[in-house]
Amino acid sequence: MADEKYETHEYDVIVIGAGGAGLRAAIEASAQGVRTALICKSLLGKAHTVMAEGGIAAALGNVYPEDNWQVHFRDTMRGGKMLNNWRMAQLHAQEAPARVVELEAWGALFDRTKDGRILQRDFGGHRYARLAHVGDRTGLEMIRTLQQHAVHKGIDVFMECTIVRLLKEGERACGAFGYWRETGRFVVFKAKAVVLATGGIGKAWKITSNSWEYTGDGHALAYGVGADLIDMEFVQFHPTGMVWPPSVRGILVTEGVRGDGGTLKNALGERFMFNYIPEFFRAETAETEAEADGWYTDKKKNRRTPDLLPRDEVARAIVAEIKAGRGSPHGGVFLDIASRRDPETIKRRLPSMYHQFKELADVDITKQPMEVGPTCHYAMGGVRVDADTTAATVPGLFAAGEVAGGMHGANRLGGNSLSDLVVFGRRAGLYAAEYAKRSPGSFTVDAGQLGAIARECLEPFERGGDENPYTVHRDLQECMQILVGIIRNEGELKKALEELAVLRERQGRVRVAGNRQYNPGWHLAMDLHSMLTVSEAVARAALERKESRGAHTREDYPRMDPTFGKVNVVVRRVGDAMSVSQEPLPQMPDDLRRLFEESK
Amino acid sequence: MADVTVRVWRGNAQGGAFHEYRVPVEEGMVVLDVLHRIQAIHANDLALRWNCKAGKCGSCGAEVNGHPRLTCMTRMNIFTPGETITVAPMKTFPIIKDLVTDVSFNFQVAKKIPAFQSRPPDAPDGSWRMMQEDIDRVQEFRKCIECFLCQNVCHVIRDHEGKKQHFAGPRFFVRLAELEMHPLDTGTRTGLVKEFAGIGLCNITKCCTEVCPEHIRITDNAIIPLKERVVDEHYDPVVWLLRKVLGKR
Ligand code: SF4
Ligand code: SF4
Ligand code: FES
Repeated sequence: MADEKYETHEYDVIVIGAGGAGLRAAIEASAQGVRTALICKSLLGKAHTVMAEGGIAAALGNVYPEDNWQVHFRDTMRGGKMLNNWRMAQLHAQEAPARVVELEAWGALFDRTKDGRILQRDFGGHRYARLAHVGDRTGLEMIRTLQQHAVHKGIDVFMECTIVRLLKEGERACGAFGYWRETGRFVVFKAKAVVLATGGIGKAWKITSNSWEYTGDGHALAYGVGADLIDMEFVQFHPTGMVWPPSVRGILVTEGVRGDGGTLKNALGERFMFNYIPEFFRAETAETEAEADGWYTDKKKNRRTPDLLPRDEVARAIVAEIKAGRGSPHGGVFLDIASRRDPETIKRRLPSMYHQFKELADVDITKQPMEVGPTCHYAMGGVRVDADTTAATVPGLFAAGEVAGGMHGANRLGGNSLSDLVVFGRRAGLYAAEYAKRSPGSFTVDAGQLGAIARECLEPFERGGDENPYTVHRDLQECMQILVGIIRNEGELKKALEELAVLRERQGRVRVAGNRQYNPGWHLAMDLHSMLTVSEAVARAALERKESRGAHTREDYPRMDPTFGKVNVVVRRVGDAMSVSQEPLPQMPDDLRRLFEESK
Repeated sequence: MADVTVRVWRGNAQGGAFHEYRVPVEEGMVVLDVLHRIQAIHANDLALRWNCKAGKCGSCGAEVNGHPRLTCMTRMNIFTPGETITVAPMKTFPIIKDLVTDVSFNFQVAKKIPAFQSRPPDAPDGSWRMMQEDIDRVQEFRKCIECFLCQNVCHVIRDHEGKKQHFAGPRFFVRLAELEMHPLDTGTRTGLVKEFAGIGLCNITKCCTEVCPEHIRITDNAIIPLKERVVDEHYDPVVWLLRKVLGKR
């Protein structure tokens, strides 16, 4: 097989992944006049962005004129427990409004205020109503807008094409090797610059809101060519996923339910979030139900409801309630909007939640409370990038969106993902194009390198192994769910690493039936490589951070530790081993630092 | 936990047949869960598409007991216990493998629709003003998840291979109506609607509206108003009649 002639394409910039970040990157790169290809695992328009519900955060100030980028910046940094790359958080807060207006210029239709401007909704951790939205299908609006805009920009789109390895010439990234899902044939992309926009890693956990595509490909691709990953220990468990029936466990219930007035209750009917207000947020959080309810309409006189604390706080509170025996019948807690808003409002504001519960769980959310519990949702960690240019630590490689690390620190605020995608997607496209323009002409891809990758990909057909890829995947999910979940400790993390080693060995014995044509078993066998790599990175980073901060909770180190507040945990490949180190966080300049002092 | 018998069409462009599988079902399962179980237990290489498992991405369409549906939103409890369930690929599109079909036709049509072109901003800060009531209808159209089930059931596409070149199909009538009614859009596409999109071939059977999982009223809200707009410039007897019957919108 080594001498198979590979279909080969040559571009200035290739973008891997066609969610919000990838589409925005491709649009920008092609606008810079470079030849651009967009490569995606699914059909165009099906990427995970389509599932985003609540909205896109941007300090437009349409609902609260007091809002501005400084307030958004501050909320983002505090939500991330100050571990964010400050420059990314600054650029994000500054540029998000322009990116939202740009979406409107390209045809997006956000819900409106009474005077005809873009309406904004409340969300966790945001001081003001800040999320531009379309009911609870904002991601669909965004991906469709970008997709329809991109179609006319001369970008070549490679759909259902999966990248398995990045290629290097010397120290720099120079392309990618992948396969067509439809035929199973291999394909080679030569490129002067490579943008990763592959999204997240949630498919390594059992209970997740993520789609099959979220196998950490970009993280593993970058790691494979020696790029640094940071903050991998921070995996966000969204507090509200569906819990019943079992087959829908994990499907996302938008934070917009709470943003629009819904409240969390335990089996005793108590609004338990009032018992879980951490010191860090006490000054800005309502202490009584009356104040919390007043906040929805008057933000000056009242402080924010604890139902809308950042996601890490809410997820931990839910776990604690369930552990204390005050959970709902199916192991979650109740999320009640039925008793708080009239049916018409609920259906208008949350149409897909209404539909989803009605169709999948026989629950009418205008009449009954929902049952919800935490679900693996988002990777804060990812490829270490330069804040301004999104350049990874390997020359020629760029990363934007969920696959990039740093922007969200230890925990991401809701609504900051969609804005991250377009702010940094645009930057990635821009700087990748610039890099490509500066790069010398053609380069050679080593044929031996290609042959070796191809052979590795085809092994599952040829070896006499005895493992079913689906079984290995299920066991991996079980391992990560139980041992590297919301609450962690040293013993379990070490056990996880042992189990991961065994799973890695089992992956080497995976055998797939059938042929190369559209064969999901084979595809999964290859995805397992990415999932195992990121799982190990998460477990190792989690072991290294001996404190509790944001989404990373260690029961053996229950407090935030200021010394860990000054470092990123960095994972990189050294030879064939995974190295873990602590490296200093970029330091915020004084003028920005003052934003935090004033507010105290 | 009861078992269910499922017949799944397996094969490729060269041909194929139904294969029977038995898998355990639990409370709340949907057809897609059952297919995933078959994949995990019996047939690792069973080809199918899915992404969200929540009715949001439009990837998982198939014919379940002959009805075009999203498999992720089709609960197993709608079938009588013991009933054998049949799952086949969407009929209209060429088969790639098993339940996966070649839907590239739709992406080609999408390319032919001229881009949205906004009017200049209304405010100095570069933003626009639009009233909610003026965008309600367009927002209905933008709910489309591109499942292509409407394309799949439309008899013009299904039965007339040759006409595909001159008929965009209901999904794209929705798209064209959306552009036509978008308050900011400045393009006119009525010529296009008649010539390339071939709206005259639609005889308003409403099959598309019936299968739309997003409950978009494709015929009443998109196709008929589009036909009327075309009539303002061209003569179309079907619409003339319709206007007589229904009155102008
Ligand atoms: S109403 Fe028109 S577009 Fe819809 S299915 Fe019937 S013929 Fe096709
Ligand atoms: S209009 Fe409805 S049926 Fe047609 S593609 Fe869109 S969502 Fe699917
Ligand atoms: S899997 Fe997304 S609609 Fe069914």
